Amino acid sequence: MRDRLIFAGQLLFTLLVAAFLVVPAGLSMAAGVTENYFRGIRSGLTLRWVVQVWELYADTIGLSFLIAFATLAVTLTAGVPAAYALYVRGGRLARVIEEIITLPLAIPGLAIALALLLTYGGLSNFRRSWLFILVGHVVFTMPFMVRSVLAIFATLDIKTLDEGAASLGASPWRRFREVIVPNAVPGILAGSLMVVTLSLGEFNLTWMLHTPLTKTLPIGLADSYASMRLEVASAYTLIFFVMIIPLLVAMQMFADRETAR
Amino acid sequence: MNASTGHGASVRIENCGKTFADGTRALEPATLDIESGETLVLLGPSGCGKTTMLRIIAGLEAPDAGGRVLFDDRDVTRLPIERRNVGMVFQSYALFPNMSVAENIGYGLKIRGVAMAERDKRVAELVALTNITGLENRRIDQLSGGQRQRVALARAVAIRPSILLLDEPLTALDAALRERLRGELNRLLRALGITAIYVTHDQAEAMELGDRIVVMRKGAIVQIGSPREIYFAPQSRFVAEFIGAANIIEGAVEDGHLVLTGGRQPVGGQPSLSTAIAMIRPETIAVVDAADATLSGMIDSVSFIGDRQRLIVSGASAKPITVDAPNTLQTRVGERIGLRIAPEAVRLLPPEN
Repeated sequence: MRDRLIFAGQLLFTLLVAAFLVVPAGLSMAAGVTENYFRGIRSGLTLRWVVQVWELYADTIGLSFLIAFATLAVTLTAGVPAAYALYVRGGRLARVIEEIITLPLAIPGLAIALALLLTYGGLSNFRRSWLFILVGHVVFTMPFMVRSVLAIFATLDIKTLDEGAASLGASPWRRFREVIVPNAVPGILAGSLMVVTLSLGEFNLTWMLHTPLTKTLPIGLADSYASMRLEVASAYTLIFFVMIIPLLVAMQMFADRETAR
Repeated sequence: MNASTGHGASVRIENCGKTFADGTRALEPATLDIESGETLVLLGPSGCGKTTMLRIIAGLEAPDAGGRVLFDDRDVTRLPIERRNVGMVFQSYALFPNMSVAENIGYGLKIRGVAMAERDKRVAELVALTNITGLENRRIDQLSGGQRQRVALARAVAIRPSILLLDEPLTALDAALRERLRGELNRLLRALGITAIYVTHDQAEAMELGDRIVVMRKGAIVQIGSPREIYFAPQSRFVAEFIGAANIIEGAVEDGHLVLTGGRQPVGGQPSLSTAIAMIRPETIAVVDAADATLSGMIDSVSFIGDRQRLIVSGASAKPITVDAPNTLQTRVGERIGLRIAPEAVRLLPPEN
């Protein structure tokens, strides 16, 4: 009897905490499909706001995905080999470089953006293109990629695997391709997952770096909150959810399968 | 044997020392010659520099300036490991988890561009040679420790290396398996006729496998010799105590005898010093009646080991003496016994500095 009471209490508490987090999200999404939020659901359901957001902001969604996957491409092609070199070389210099790569985690995004603006703001073509935002995102997400790859290297004892492959005559490039990367796949996937989600949701840096023609999804979201009806902003949130959740689930499932293999 | 290697290269390392970036000296400059086809064991406690020396020969570490590594008189000091054609077995085996057993064994051949059919044939030979038939398509995490060890060996030998390097290959295994694989490894190395350099801290492994043993301590070579030379004629107290069990006895020397608390012990040769440090192996001491011996003592303890019994005898010298007696000998604690030791079994060691 007493055990059941305790269990019921714990369940209730868990449900309350979950509700505290889930209800606002649900309300926000409901608002996006409500005719008039102030009169509530009774005013009727509509996809009008969703359509309006799509018409106004479809390009921000496209740009966000372009930047997210470009960021992923850059962090993969630069970050994974960098992690390999840092791990296998070792020594003091490698540790210093690792710290430098990690530094953007500790620096506010606004400060990084300011530094980029001060340094490259004068190159107006570059400043106006989405590549400028890409640079910011790469700086911000690189530590996550390098760290997750370094973590898997450490658990796999990749240094010995590398030496093993070398003893069989494999060149550094071949070792990287045929032994290091295939075994580091779970870490690379985990890093990729973080890079894509962080880039899609990034606001601080992007807000400083964007131009009216290079708005990403979170910037558009802030824009609609500031200047549109609450229903429009909510519809925008709904679209954000619908786009990002399946992507996250798919990537997570892929990562789980690779890890289990 | 059809799984033979190309040939065994001779190895010479010249003046090879190793100082790490933080200033620690892992290896004092050492010179060593390894003959073609020989199995050389680098033996010593952890931190003695044996693995560093192996890694310098492998090409995984560069020696300090002035050091040279030669394979068959060819200077390979500047070649990285992938261009030295050595086979290496690592303590943790370093098998690739993303490849099957057969793919692991064939990887070095694939790198060398050996055609698929030829590769499969060679892999099959090695699978048979190392007794892992039936495991070809297993993944590495489906293998036991002993099986991994065999795959690692097969993979290292598959490329017909001119030198086989083994870094504590049996250390990760349990005692019974270690002993069995040691025997297999010994037969395999003899059959291949390959030059092999074997690192271990286990003196039993060193004895069984080595044509010659290099005993190392604190980054320096302290003695090189055949297992028999190292065992019977250690040149220092460290070697005597590190290899097998040894009684180290100090005493004054008087006309060819060591003067000990429990009597006098004749010594072979002509000791010139007035005091000496001597080594006596426990199995060279015979237990006799106290009245028939020049040296006697009291039994402190008896440990029955099976094939023999180990007696600790006090009163014969300043420190208790360990004696390995036949397992049939009737003894009891507290009994007074005589110790008979042939003069040539007493090995005088140089004085310590």
